[in-house]
Amino acid sequence: MKITKKEVGYVAHLARLDFSEDEKGKLTSQLNTILVYMDILNRIDTAGIQPVTHAISLDNVLRDDTEKKSIGAEIALASAPDGNMGFFGVPRVIE
Amino acid sequence: MEFNRLTIHELQKKLRDGSLTSVEITESVYRRIASVEEKVHSYITLMEESAIWQAREADRRIKEGKAGELTGIPIALKDILCTEGVRTTCGSRILENFIPPYDATVVSKLKDAGAVLVGKTNMDEFAMGSSTETSWFGITKNPWDLERIPGGSSGGSAAAVAADECIASLGTDTGGSIRQPAALCGVVGMKPTYGRVSRFGMVAFASSLDQIGPVTKDVEDCAIMMNVISGHDINESTSVPAEVPDYTKFISRDIRGWTVGIPGEYFIEGIDPEIKAAADETIKILEGLGAKCLEISLPHTEYCVAVYYIIAPSEASSNLARYDGVRYGFRTRDGENLLDMYKKTRSSGFGAEVKRRIMLGTHSLSSGYYDAYYKKASQVRALIRDDFDKAFKKCDVILTPTTPAPAFRIGEKLDDPLQMYLFDIFTLSTNLAGIPGISVPCGYTKSGLPIGVQFMANHFEEGKLLQIASAYEKNSTIERRRPNL
Repeated sequence: MKITKKEVGYVAHLARLDFSEDEKGKLTSQLNTILVYMDILNRIDTAGIQPVTHAISLDNVLRDDTEKKSIGAEIALASAPDGNMGFFGVPRVIE
Repeated sequence: MEFNRLTIHELQKKLRDGSLTSVEITESVYRRIASVEEKVHSYITLMEESAIWQAREADRRIKEGKAGELTGIPIALKDILCTEGVRTTCGSRILENFIPPYDATVVSKLKDAGAVLVGKTNMDEFAMGSSTETSWFGITKNPWDLERIPGGSSGGSAAAVAADECIASLGTDTGGSIRQPAALCGVVGMKPTYGRVSRFGMVAFASSLDQIGPVTKDVEDCAIMMNVISGHDINESTSVPAEVPDYTKFISRDIRGWTVGIPGEYFIEGIDPEIKAAADETIKILEGLGAKCLEISLPHTEYCVAVYYIIAPSEASSNLARYDGVRYGFRTRDGENLLDMYKKTRSSGFGAEVKRRIMLGTHSLSSGYYDAYYKKASQVRALIRDDFDKAFKKCDVILTPTTPAPAFRIGEKLDDPLQMYLFDIFTLSTNLAGIPGISVPCGYTKSGLPIGVQFMANHFEEGKLLQIASAYEKNSTIERRRPNL
């Protein structure tokens, strides 16, 4: 087993996702199939190889620090599910 | 008249000599949409009212002699590109009601060039898929066979062009999502070099792999679209400040003396015999045009799928963390507290494939697994890029099939994610290496499904791709067919 049902539950929490027991079972089996396939990479010795994060690397992309127009609070809040009174509303955080 | 069947360059001539108006073209596009959209379902959102207005404006500008490169031409946009004031869903329930407050840079560029924007095309949810079956807004069908998938994730953009529901479109390509549906729908699709086209305003999937590109009816149209969308953007720190050539200059040049690399690793067992035969036929035509075909090796090809399906989900899991039901998009009503609201919103807002990839990516990046998965994959990615560096010392371009098989049946691979992932086997490598690739129609199967051939070139050599693709297109002997809808 590459990943157990219990670990799937833990990763789901990290990713802020909820799954039913049935879904967890199916996901565990699908992720195992995929992760077993990934073992193919262990055939290659990668010791000392510099990892690539971007195929075209640009270093220190800078621009002038000039003031620009922003979209403003009203427009920024327009698509929010709860955007009344100039704030993003969320359910209670502290009991 | 069915003006919607014509290409950009054909329509440009008619608009300029006054024999046709943009309103006539735009109306013919919407007539076509009214008659076939129910069968194909290329679009999530249509923009008819603003399009007709843009067409009138275009006609006025043409009369005044102020036409731009795309003035009056109806273009469709993948629904991953932000459009000011027009809903942008990314094929997801979680963005069902999202109305962006700004345009993506490519959308601004199309507007500045005078394009008429037809609508927002269907796609796999968050561009994660190879079949356009994972959209919250329903499945797009392949115009050539309505029981088959159009490819993905830009399936709506490819189907709309193939079905003449627009003149050209924009798609995005993270692992083949422009080239693969273009091949399966019998149209031209290009993924430019990473950094050639600004991603500002494109909903991010895997930021080190994503790139926007055109889907068109022929290669010349692809060059025209590339001229409009390419270039450096101050708003996008990975866009490259390199000079952009006039891509239309590469059309109709010959390829005498060129070396075309044929990688043995892409002509493996298991590839559909009709696809292989079509690629072999393409090679013969190129040789007839004076190109020399040379067998080359890209030894790390077999690792591309594993590398891609670690890196792309890892980046996606990070990018998609922003959908939390707070600032925009969908939110469930029954969250008891903040954490509960996050979990319930994300669990009902995302579909199964997106959740699977978030899980895969979160696991790959999690403490104790990072070195084994993400770091290992990024190291092998370096080897894949080096393979191409070495290959392009020996050849001008590389030729491969675009897909291992023609379009599969709807539902065939939905429950087998690994089989679905393996369908992208020939297109993933260009995204990992950051190089450009183009898919061009090269024939049909006996049952009438389109086949595509892919050309790849070194970084920033889109011109070479357009040159060989157009030389091939003009000299290939395949008949030009249209889907029978």
